[in-house]
Amino acid sequence: MPQQKTKRIKTTITVNGETREVEIEVPDIEAAWGDPRNMRWLGKRIPRVEGADKVTGRAKYTYDIQLPGMLYGKILRSPYPHARIRSIDASRAQRLPGVKAVITDLTREVKYVGEEVAAVAAVSEQVARDALKLIRVEYEPLPFVVTPETAREPSAPRVHGGQNVSGGNPRERGDVDSAFRRSDVVVHEATYSVPARSHCCLEPHGLVCQWQGDKLVAWASTQGIFSVRDELAGALGIPASNVRVICEHMGGGFGSKFGARSEGVICARLAKHAGAPVKLMLEREEEQLATGYGPGVTAKVKIAATRDGQLIAWESESYGSGGVGGGSGIPLPYIYPVPNVRTRHYDIATNTGASAALRAPGHPQASFIMESAMDDLAHKLGMDPLEFRLKNDPNPVRQAEYRLGAERIGWHRRNRVAGQAPGVVKRGLGVASAIWGGGGGAGSRPTVRIDPDGSVEVRLGTQDLGTGTRTYVAAIVAEELGLDIRQVKALIGDTDYGYSGASGGSTTTASVAPAVKMAAMAAKERLVAVVSQHLQANPADIVLADGKLTARGGSEKSLTWQQACALLGKEGIEVQGEWNANLQGSGVAGCQFAEVEVDTETGKVRVVKIVAIQDCGLVLNRLAVESQIYGGVTQGLAMALYEQRLFDEQTGRMLNANLEEYKLPGSLDMPDVEAIVYDNPTGKVSGMGEPPVIPTAAAIGNAVFNAIGKRIHSLPITPAKVLQALGKV
Amino acid sequence: MDEEREKLPQHTPEEVDASRRQFLRNLGVTAAMASLLSSGAILEERRAKRAQAETLQTPPSGATELRGTVAVTLQVNGREHTLQLEPRVTLLDALRDHLGLTGTKRVCDRGSCGACTVLLDGKPVYSCSVLAVDAQGKKIETVESLAQGEQLHPVQQAFVEHDALMCGFCTPGFIMSLKALLDKTPQPTAQQVKEACAGNICRCGTYNRIFEAALAAVQSMSRGG
Repeated sequence: MPQQKTKRIKTTITVNGETREVEIEVPDIEAAWGDPRNMRWLGKRIPRVEGADKVTGRAKYTYDIQLPGMLYGKILRSPYPHARIRSIDASRAQRLPGVKAVITDLTREVKYVGEEVAAVAAVSEQVARDALKLIRVEYEPLPFVVTPETAREPSAPRVHGGQNVSGGNPRERGDVDSAFRRSDVVVHEATYSVPARSHCCLEPHGLVCQWQGDKLVAWASTQGIFSVRDELAGALGIPASNVRVICEHMGGGFGSKFGARSEGVICARLAKHAGAPVKLMLEREEEQLATGYGPGVTAKVKIAATRDGQLIAWESESYGSGGVGGGSGIPLPYIYPVPNVRTRHYDIATNTGASAALRAPGHPQASFIMESAMDDLAHKLGMDPLEFRLKNDPNPVRQAEYRLGAERIGWHRRNRVAGQAPGVVKRGLGVASAIWGGGGGAGSRPTVRIDPDGSVEVRLGTQDLGTGTRTYVAAIVAEELGLDIRQVKALIGDTDYGYSGASGGSTTTASVAPAVKMAAMAAKERLVAVVSQHLQANPADIVLADGKLTARGGSEKSLTWQQACALLGKEGIEVQGEWNANLQGSGVAGCQFAEVEVDTETGKVRVVKIVAIQDCGLVLNRLAVESQIYGGVTQGLAMALYEQRLFDEQTGRMLNANLEEYKLPGSLDMPDVEAIVYDNPTGKVSGMGEPPVIPTAAAIGNAVFNAIGKRIHSLPITPAKVLQALGKV
Repeated sequence: MDEEREKLPQHTPEEVDASRRQFLRNLGVTAAMASLLSSGAILEERRAKRAQAETLQTPPSGATELRGTVAVTLQVNGREHTLQLEPRVTLLDALRDHLGLTGTKRVCDRGSCGACTVLLDGKPVYSCSVLAVDAQGKKIETVESLAQGEQLHPVQQAFVEHDALMCGFCTPGFIMSLKALLDKTPQPTAQQVKEACAGNICRCGTYNRIFEAALAAVQSMSRGG
């Protein structure tokens, strides 16, 4: 076999919110997306291919799977934030008619309210709930702590036995102390904070598990069917090849749905014990208590710039809580290069469940802290906040985006001096920026199959989180083969369809799309070889478009798609594709502008308009990219004004583990949103699910500052905080 | 500090857990309590709480207590179905688990998100907060009833064209809320569209696209499309 040509490329990877650049070796195969102006599908507005299934209720989510003889699983959860379990007596539950399996060996110590204690499977959900109430658990309550502020104190109860506080190693570059001491600099110091936020996936976490002998089929609401497979196989001690995981549609993940998790293993065990399929979907309270959350962060910040507005020094001491597990690290300073930096970050353990990735982990928090400090410093410098960013942000894409956004929001209407707006209801404008990797990686193995009857299928074990994966998978194949997208059947969401990675870090598109393109190119090459012989034409002259294969340049002879495929043998064409680094790019840029109204008598903030601009390199589906921007803005607005997990220090319980007291925006809270896809002519695809959520809250916070001249230092920006800042309460 | 915590009353999970069945049965009592609270009469509130506790033990006179399973006849999407259900089964669970109509979604199961919205005699209701036994004799419409074969309802068609959905889990609820609006108000304003969806939550954040789709559906319906 000839040695495959390789090359080394630089790409960014994001792990737990830390984005860094790495150099990797990749196969060097000539491949390019081509000119988007000549494309029929890619870059256009493509309605999602499963749209009709979703609007009619035909789409089957994990929650909707019904199997003959299926039982319902339920989990008994700890009512205590920290307790030793002395004994569990499930005999009454076992005897309840309709109960088919009981599990009591999950743990001997619980560390948060909502941790799994026992589980049952029964013939109906109602009977399963009744059974949980019959399980007697003797708890020995232990000391606990639920807020990072209390957990930091030396006398605080220990969450894990050791110290609650970890990390804190300084990261330093340049000469920070001398930079702050320079006589030509302006220094600003403040503390900013962001609370912990819940994912609130509308479809809860959960699975349906069915054993067939020693093989397991699991339907899972997940962002990673292969990671669910591997975790189930590991926990159950069976080969991964014995586990098949299916996720055709899923109702939201936002970073919280990787792996089988405890409910997955419990579901599979219940099904094994009961000898029947089991559906175990979490109830809303369980979903809010026990499936992770984005950690809150508090940062004490010192920032300096020269009098003419050049950033020169940054120092921050920050802490956050990942609860009983998971980190809370954030990238500071964020986006804007600073030559002299010292940061320390501490992770603090609390009895509040384990944190999880939440759309752009750490970045929206870092954005609020950095961008608030930027505006406060600009105010001290007497500089326009936008001019300050233009001066300190070297990214050429964002430079263009700032100018476009300023024009669209009408930046000239801002209050030249913050708080100088007239009247009781004051208007203000604010800006903030986004950065993300968005690069992909090798591993996806899609298959494109063309049958002699002309049908086309593309199969890949990736998953569609609502981001539109299935649609661009079909569109790439349709584009390559010159077909209508309806002629391509895209099969995803099943581990039987060939490996693909989990969907996180906005890596899916840059990982999946290049591999699908390569598979489609290979299929096309095979078909063209057959057709060119038939037409006695040079393969390079065969053009596939509008359902026809035409020999250009001489005879202009052509075959319809059906005629061409009929030339194939019974075996048709079946080819796999591999990821190609030449088709993917990384490093995407965005910025957002917010206009708000602040009622200085009620303290209520109304967001009037958001202009959101985002680049993602070559656009595959403009409609879906815009939807991601709308979604990011909506979640960012929720973070700015509403969201926070609240805990009672006395009982250790979460006070708003539901969807009414955990506030989310509704239709009446939505501003006018202008979602602008910035066409960056890189010719390569990048992911962009995460970046549009990053700057919204910061832009809103800065707009509030511009309106009232007072900084709200902690999110969410509630009426009470606004009135307090105005000195009215 | 820890000593104080030890002294706190320790409730068993059963005591803490107010069952959903009791909650639904006492919706009327709770509403009465709310009005008393607003008048600020604390003693009245305590009396009402006692009354509520008594209500839990004995059904109010005139009410029927149902036990075991009962025959429930539901008129769903133009067809009549008779099911054997426990009286505590909600309309939502009857539709999903007993009739296989899984287009109606369960998200919060307590009337705060709207994913389970169905039409009851033309009015949008949260099917998680209606007992199946109480939906008898009423015309029930679910999202499955809207399309005629492959022909989507204009609202559904507009949702697809305008990408008014991402994960799609809230979508059937929004579509039913909008169907109810357009049945009654064929030419709604943008504000009326927003108000019609005010009881539905979308976590992916498609609200603006939903408004856009709803107004496009109005246009296409007025053209007779």
